Amino acid sequence: MDLVKRISSNMYVELAKRNLKRHAFRTILAAIGIIIGVIAISSMGILGNSLKLSVSGSLGDVGNEIVLYPAYGETVITEKQVDDLSKVGDIEYIIPLLSSAARAEYKDEETFTNVYGIERDDLYPLVELEDGHFLRSGSKDCVVGASLADDLDLELGSRLTVQDSQLRVVGILKESGFGFAIDPDRATFITPEAYEKLFDDEEDGYNTVIVKVKDLDDVETVAESIEERLNKKEETVTVLVTGTILESIDEIFNSISLFLMGIGSISLLVAGVSILNVMLMSTMERTKEIGIMKAVGASRNEILKMFMLEALFLGIAASLIGGVLSFGGGFLVNILILDDASYLFAPSSILYIVAGVMFGIITSLAGGMYPAWKASNMRPLDALRYE
Amino acid sequence: MPDSIVELQNVTKVYTLGSNEIYALNGVSLSIKKGDFVTIMGPSGSGKSTLLNMVGCLDLPGEGIVRINGTDVSTLSDDELTTLRRDNIGFIFQQFNLIQTLTAIENVEMPMIFNRMDADARRKKALSLFKQSNLEVEYADHRPNELSGGQQQRVAIARALANDPPIILADEPTGNLDTKTGESIMALLGDLNSKGTTVIVVTHDPRLAEYSNTAIRLQDGEIYHGSGEKNQ
Ligand SMILES: Nc1ncnc2c1ncn2[C@@H]1O[C@H](COP(=O)(O)OP(=O)(O)OP(=O)(O)O)[C@@H](O)[C@H]1O
Ligand SMILES: [Mg+2]
Repeated sequence: MDLVKRISSNMYVELAKRNLKRHAFRTILAAIGIIIGVIAISSMGILGNSLKLSVSGSLGDVGNEIVLYPAYGETVITEKQVDDLSKVGDIEYIIPLLSSAARAEYKDEETFTNVYGIERDDLYPLVELEDGHFLRSGSKDCVVGASLADDLDLELGSRLTVQDSQLRVVGILKESGFGFAIDPDRATFITPEAYEKLFDDEEDGYNTVIVKVKDLDDVETVAESIEERLNKKEETVTVLVTGTILESIDEIFNSISLFLMGIGSISLLVAGVSILNVMLMSTMERTKEIGIMKAVGASRNEILKMFMLEALFLGIAASLIGGVLSFGGGFLVNILILDDASYLFAPSSILYIVAGVMFGIITSLAGGMYPAWKASNMRPLDALRYE
Repeated sequence: MPDSIVELQNVTKVYTLGSNEIYALNGVSLSIKKGDFVTIMGPSGSGKSTLLNMVGCLDLPGEGIVRINGTDVSTLSDDELTTLRRDNIGFIFQQFNLIQTLTAIENVEMPMIFNRMDADARRKKALSLFKQSNLEVEYADHRPNELSGGQQQRVAIARALANDPPIILADEPTGNLDTKTGESIMALLGDLNSKGTTVIVVTHDPRLAEYSNTAIRLQDGEIYHGSGEKNQ
């Protein structure tokens, strides 16, 4: 309370307010520049952040698994390589997969599906059932993903046509979101035997191997051991750690946010120049006043303080207004570009608004610095003579 | 010498305009004692303002020495000069030079702010200075442009007195006022002088010289008619 009273009764504060009011129109114009700059920076940051959130939201629980693909130039991962894999320590599951894209038909509807040949026991750690049961080994049954079931109106017991063969739907999966190793939502899981019959021209071996580790902290070391064992002589498999993919996606989107904010900050830069201009005009006009103050005992610091205070007030007021309006700006770009504004109030979005406001204040101070310095260094006699 | 509050030795100030050298001051030496009332007179362009600005430490000599209270001002930094002005010198200008964004009383308080006096003491002092300068307290909250010339000059005098400076400098303080108001301003300065303040006034009006005990005449940057005591 005492501090508030002291600040509001402080003559420097009072003087700054009066001088800003004295040229209200000019002050407002300069403020508008800062406001626009803050809105631009914050809403660009929010847009980038919302992009990121919406992408990582549509990714399923990718967890931290290791995915092996045949390296460039190889067609499959061989049975022998899978055997070698099992000699690597700290692995919980090794899930070899056969996969192909195929056309799926049911009644009059048709769409594409990813067909996976997988052992019944390997399906447990990979997906969750919504309805029905898992595959019986050797059967002509299939388990289908949620989106596929939705698209084709599949129910338990439906007869799905894939590659001109009929499969009976015995299980429907929970919706899981897009994954890196497999895409369960659009998948048709069948036994390896059924798969061999459907796609008989395939070579011997697997298209993908998913490795789950016992302790997630070990995932990097396990991946290295796998590399060492399988790719000793030459690169035969590509080893991906899904967690790292997530990290790089994160990085990419952070860069996008930064880039977008960079674009936004151009307008803030312009605003900074306009503050510089306004303050410079103000120091010129007040040259005589500065001379008088110096004559009656104002030190350079005090003159500097007076002008910086003006820039600070202008910056704080304009930036806060800009921060509030940024919600509107963020809403607009999200609706226009993402068609979805639900990420606007995410804590990380708010952070971008805070950053925008900070930038706005800093820009105002930076713009006010040179004029204030110039004012403080005026020689009193020259300043007094100025008309 | 130690009792002289202002001392100038051989002070020269040259302005160079193109190839033209103008000696605004040319080897001026003088000594002003504490409690003196000095008038500086002379034709326009003779260097009166330049001399006063030297004494007020607003300007530094090209050659020669200016001592205020025994301190050679050429040895001081910009901020030290500011402090010296704040603590020792009160300025009164022909144009009043009040800050238009501040009210009359705030203008008077300003030098005390720079002197870091606290708000209550400041306001009290400003009000007493108002009285001392024959200003109605009801004008305290008026802006300078709402006051008459005479009132503005009184505010300026109150401001000059804010930090109890031992020296008051006035450059044609009555130049923009009618004769009667001018006389009352001079009477006010005479009053201050009688309380011990050293007063140095630049004026064109020979009648105002009557208030002083020392008159300095300048001509072409040089002291023309001695700085001896005036017969009175
Ligand atoms: N900044 C400057 N640049 C160049 N010449 C100057 C400057 N200031 C003063 N002069 C010159 O120095 C001389 C003395 O000027 P000064 O202002 O001291 O005169 P003054 O006696 O106060 O005159 P007045 O009675 O008209 O006020 C003049 O010739 C003036 O032209
Ligand atoms: Mg003059």
